[in-house]
Amino acid sequence: MFPFCFEWMWDMSHMVFMGGLWYALTIIGLGMTFCIGKAFYDTFLDKGKDDHHH
Amino acid sequence: MDSALIPRGVKRCPTWQFALWIGAAGAVLLWGVFAMLLCWFKGLNQTNMNDAYGFALWIWADLAVIALGGGAFFTGFLRYIVGKDELKNIINYAVLIGFICYSSALLILAIDIGQPLRGWFIFWHANVHSMLTEVAFCLTCYFGVLTIEYVPLILENRQIDKIPFFHRLGHNMHEIMAVFAATGAFLSFFHQGSLGGVSGVLFGRPFGYREGIFIWPWTFFLYTWSAAACGPCFTILITKITEKITGKKLVKQNVIELLAKISGWMIGTYIIAKIIDTWYWAKVTAPAAGFNLMDFYSNNPFYGIWILVLEIVICGVVPAMILISEKGRKNPAALMTAIILAVLGACVNRWVMVLQVMAVPVLTFENWVMYYPSWQEVATTILPVAYGVILISLSYRYLPIFPQEQELNPEA
Repeated sequence: MFPFCFEWMWDMSHMVFMGGLWYALTIIGLGMTFCIGKAFYDTFLDKGKDDHHH
Repeated sequence: MDSALIPRGVKRCPTWQFALWIGAAGAVLLWGVFAMLLCWFKGLNQTNMNDAYGFALWIWADLAVIALGGGAFFTGFLRYIVGKDELKNIINYAVLIGFICYSSALLILAIDIGQPLRGWFIFWHANVHSMLTEVAFCLTCYFGVLTIEYVPLILENRQIDKIPFFHRLGHNMHEIMAVFAATGAFLSFFHQGSLGGVSGVLFGRPFGYREGIFIWPWTFFLYTWSAAACGPCFTILITKITEKITGKKLVKQNVIELLAKISGWMIGTYIIAKIIDTWYWAKVTAPAAGFNLMDFYSNNPFYGIWILVLEIVICGVVPAMILISEKGRKNPAALMTAIILAVLGACVNRWVMVLQVMAVPVLTFENWVMYYPSWQEVATTILPVAYGVILISLSYRYLPIFPQEQELNPEA
């Protein structure tokens, strides 16, 4: 639900609940965007092919 | 036939044997899928839920697998945030088990809501006064985190890892895994807690109702605590079962003992808090609502005081004492007994807080209401077990889940 939806109210419950959801989704989304973007960048420049993560 | 997909340096059973194993689990899975389709196409009249039992076997299974899947968030927290480096040897498996538990919980919820096509309503038309809305938010987000934690494992498959983009993607995801682990721990804290909060705020149900702090009843904190305490025991239990089935040692004993020790202290502190909570509830909260302790444990064919003793003493105090002592952790039989009891304890706790709450009469003219699940409910509850067996089998065969396997089994 977004603030422009008709059900939205500017009260504490909506701000805490929906704010928390967007906050978590933003962190997850930004994290994955960084990983995918960097993987594309490194692949394109042929960098980091010998990196191991064990 | 599939040897090119199997990790280097480890031995796996022949393909025909593996296919037979998957086939057996697949047959159980299909039975569950059949029951699931019955529930979806014919409706919830396929279950034995009724006006007294809006929550039943499915919700118990949901709460139990979420508690047991708590091993993923707590092990991740210990590994990435606290810095317990030894746990890197079991974190992959903890993540896989957590992934299975949480996807199972979501699957069960998809059956339970009756109309899964409307599942998105909880996000878009959220009831912001409901603890279950918070559970749905955190559960879904945390499942996303677990998927992100599981994906790098898939990308480490021998063939997938050869593709440069996937190799780098897996590496990048490992690099910032602490961010995802921290997010997962935050989400888990709240949804485990809110699940406990659901029974704790039922002021019309004195068996479940608890006082608390601000908007959170004590059950909020007890659920998070018990999940962090018993979840790692479930991870150890599944590891031990996998070792038994494969006939191999997969994780070094010092790693198991470290996790068991932490779990033991968590169970010990949890059970002290639980005893205090139960004592206060029995002496103050329930009498204030007109009930004595034995009102909740008598005049019915099933729920006696034994279930309270089982939950707190046998499945709480006993495993805590075994796991806290070094002698207990070093004795394989005692360790196994303790982790089984701890897992059972979490399941019994969720059972009483979901089902006994519904069974207890509240008004003077009411009687105890017993509930027996229908075969469709049982089949759909067993379905995630079969799914878990299949996913663990596939992951064990094709992915490097156990970093110490090669070292512990050099003959392979």
